[in-house]
Amino acid sequence: MKKYFYEFSKGIIRENPTFVLVLGLCPTLAVSISVINGIGMGIAATFVLLGSNIIISLIKTVIPDRIRIPCFIVVIATFVTIVEMTMKAYSPALNRALGIYVPLIVVNCIVLGRVEAYAQKATVVNSFFDGLGMGLGFTLALILISGIREFLGAGKILGHTLFKGFEPAFVLGMPSGALLAIGLLLGFFNLIKMRKTCK
Amino acid sequence: MQINIAQLLAIFISAVFVYNVILSRFLGLCSFIAISKETKPALAMSLAVMFVITMSSILTWFIYNYLLVPFNLTYLRTIAFILVIATFVQFVEMVIRKFAPPLYRFFGIYLPLITVNCAVLGVAVLNTDMFFVNGKAAQGSFIYSLFQGVCVGLGYTLAMLLMSGIRERLDLCDVPKAVKDFPLAFVIASIMSLSFMGFNGFRF
Repeated sequence: MKKYFYEFSKGIIRENPTFVLVLGLCPTLAVSISVINGIGMGIAATFVLLGSNIIISLIKTVIPDRIRIPCFIVVIATFVTIVEMTMKAYSPALNRALGIYVPLIVVNCIVLGRVEAYAQKATVVNSFFDGLGMGLGFTLALILISGIREFLGAGKILGHTLFKGFEPAFVLGMPSGALLAIGLLLGFFNLIKMRKTCK
Repeated sequence: MQINIAQLLAIFISAVFVYNVILSRFLGLCSFIAISKETKPALAMSLAVMFVITMSSILTWFIYNYLLVPFNLTYLRTIAFILVIATFVQFVEMVIRKFAPPLYRFFGIYLPLITVNCAVLGVAVLNTDMFFVNGKAAQGSFIYSLFQGVCVGLGYTLAMLLMSGIRERLDLCDVPKAVKDFPLAFVIASIMSLSFMGFNGFRF
């Protein structure tokens, strides 16, 4: 049980896909304008991660080594298509907000990275927990960035105004604000890591 | 087939400046941050990306128009496109390795990396979103798709060259250890993106 918890928890902080591994930044930056978008993207990516991790650890013995990447991509693309169609059917508003970034989960480095580095060598149960943890870590990172951007850029959280008379800094809602936020956050986490190792 | 020059100009301005792939749409950001440390590799990567984007715009247009649309399979778009792109990149790599070894050394490892570059798939998806109305090819959509591919590649090259030039000079500067490399690159990209926002007035 402890071992599974380790697989699950490593994706959240120690190997957080966004802040530590610095993977899959395109969707992170593009959709993090509001927390709702961030959560939607996080859930979609988690589903894809989970599904492709499980399937690939199941069929890892039959995939020839030389063409493994195309095989992985087909499995991942299948799950992305499922997500895309589900989202279109049940929450068209979210689908419009996320736009082309939903099909682009296929080329999200996190998914292919986890499959290549982990699921093709691990057992099914381990891969399941790894996918869940990584997905959760990605979702939390998205919530953090989008929370900062929505609060400072629009003065709201989840669409609710928090303070009256707060002048939002619109730049954070724009593309350059996303790059600024992630740059400063990465620097901040680096600083914490360096303080820790010094002690 | 009727081609509207004004439309072409609008595509050019919006793909290169207003909605620059990297600085405004955030596509191909991983390669942008990872490979922009020096100008020469940055140029190699940009040229490779430009070539692949242009060719994949052509290929995916044919696949979409003659295979997916007639058989009502447009929901397979993502799978079909990524397979075509992956196969094409693999093929190009083999051809270059066989017939132009110096070029292969110049591109090096960057070519296979392009398969997972979101800019390539992003442009293919964008083309079908923009130039297909109600599941039918709009007038001149082939030329527009091709042209958009070229322009997005140009925008990528522009951002890449600017960034690598700045980062080469940054090597000589004394920056705090915590923000070295990645964080600082993002902050610089943010400032570049801010200056590109000045082009917003050009919206057609």
